[in-house]
Amino acid sequence: MATSDPTVKTAPAVDETGPDSSRILQTRGLRKAFGGLTATDDVDFALEAGELRCLIGPNGAGKSTFLDLLTGRLEPTAGKIYYDGADITGLPSHERVDRGISMKFQVPSVYEGLTVAGNLRIPLQRVVEPDAFDARTREILERFDLLAERETVAGELSHGQQQRLEIGMAMAMEPNLLLLDEPVAGLSVEETADIADLLREIADDDGVAVIVIEHDIDFVETIADRVTVLDGGSIFREGSIEEIRTDPEVKRIYLGEDR
Amino acid sequence: MGNSSAFWLGLAVAVAVLAALPVLFGLYAAEVGSVFLAYALLGMSLAFIWGYCGILSFGQVAFFGVAGYAFGIVAINAATLTGLTLAVLAALGVSTAFAAALGYFMFYGGVRDVYVTILTLVVALVLYTFMGQTAGGEWAIGDARLGGFNGMSGVPDLAIGVGSTGVEIGPLGHYYVTLGALVATYLGLRALVNSRFGYAMVATREDEDRTAMFGYDTTFVKLVVFTIGGAIAGLGGVLFTTQNNYVDPSVFGITAAALPVVWASVGGRTSLLGTVGAALAIQFVDYRLALSGSEWALVLIGSLLVFVVLVMPEGVAPRLHEYVLEYREDADPSPVPRDSSAATEEVSD
Repeated sequence: MATSDPTVKTAPAVDETGPDSSRILQTRGLRKAFGGLTATDDVDFALEAGELRCLIGPNGAGKSTFLDLLTGRLEPTAGKIYYDGADITGLPSHERVDRGISMKFQVPSVYEGLTVAGNLRIPLQRVVEPDAFDARTREILERFDLLAERETVAGELSHGQQQRLEIGMAMAMEPNLLLLDEPVAGLSVEETADIADLLREIADDDGVAVIVIEHDIDFVETIADRVTVLDGGSIFREGSIEEIRTDPEVKRIYLGEDR
Repeated sequence: MGNSSAFWLGLAVAVAVLAALPVLFGLYAAEVGSVFLAYALLGMSLAFIWGYCGILSFGQVAFFGVAGYAFGIVAINAATLTGLTLAVLAALGVSTAFAAALGYFMFYGGVRDVYVTILTLVVALVLYTFMGQTAGGEWAIGDARLGGFNGMSGVPDLAIGVGSTGVEIGPLGHYYVTLGALVATYLGLRALVNSRFGYAMVATREDEDRTAMFGYDTTFVKLVVFTIGGAIAGLGGVLFTTQNNYVDPSVFGITAAALPVVWASVGGRTSLLGTVGAALAIQFVDYRLALSGSEWALVLIGSLLVFVVLVMPEGVAPRLHEYVLEYREDADPSPVPRDSSAATEEVSD
């Protein structure tokens, strides 16, 4: 359903007295300023368990900054982050990961000097016993279509294989919330379709809540339960992909008038 | 790390050759060799923290020298078996605590990469300057005079025991104690690098932010690694000082500070044994040149460093390891599964 009223935000109303326990993730008044530049401005965001949400917006909208605030790579200037009902605002990255938040960075950041199996061992040894490494490694490699590359040094993988490996490594942590920054950047049409299938499977079958930053609106249409549009560091719109695609204001700032 | 029967046989032969040196060349060779082996410990401490965790400390000599001075101060004031044993423990404790404190303020203070290198070098040079101005009589702790640039002399030999039960360790014994310490440290570090913690170290070196996103407390990993490195350098410092019965501020100087970096660069920073080999070889050449009256030792060492960095930037041992792997692949083209240790994937030990 289309709406042209810019005052209509479909962001869930939040309870000022505490987190809503039905949401796996909530932010309240989240703000990050770099000197005079406010990259994230008063963001109230909520995500259901098992939901696949896409974040879109023009360059500089604050999408990656928002994800960095969620992972703890950046400290907010103001505001709160609640995960699974608990305030995690001041926690360092590694403690957030221990609670079930996992992330794939924008640029593939696999360990290039280690083999594919060696890469997987880094997250796996945090969550499974050593005698289960091999079985779990095989399981993940099969799922992410990397079994034949098990002993290949990760730096020699193609871009698409590195993207899949990194998502596999993030999933190896058995997260409840997966954050992906442009997971299909630079991939072919076929590879993009494969990743879309994988992400839907992760949300639908594994019940993992997923936030995806993405510019490819066709990809977003394929995977998203809901879409959040960021602009100037703030939430500009939230809604279904149909609502977002047909919103004239979104078309003006992001999609282009001809879409 | 190497785990083939050929590797272990080679290691056993190398240790046997080192053990035979005093028998073949006499007591003086044992005395000189002790110093080289103490240097090798210092080099191994840097290879461990730099090669496996990406922490390039240009100030490993700070822990080496602090341990030497700490041993001297305690030992001169309590030259009994118990006192000398306590001096060893105190020296190791001081160097370890110093590394832990410096590491804590660096890593939890957000100091990273090249700034760690600069800061550690500055710490060593500050110690060099400070100890150099301690020539006056007021710079004494009990009977131990720090001695400024003249150094602290009269440091007792190594001894281990309690009360009247124990053993004083002479030059020959000192050689074997130092050799034993080197081998034991290597085996200990080898086990550590092949452990889960070893993977965390290597992952932290490769990409600290990425590794934190897998739930690792990378700051703590770096602190632990840096502290262990300080302890090993301190062990080398104790053995160096007890062999020479003397320590002076030159242990903190820029030349001394550069040597571990040269050893690790030439031998291969991801190879503990490569670094040990480079330390022994380079210091032997340096010693021979000094004996002949040549002033070219430092020029030669500097040239060697430049050559290796240009021709084989990963170091000699990893390059040799690559050659061996290529030779094996040529001889038997069927793929050989790699084992599961982080170190296996990249080092030649």
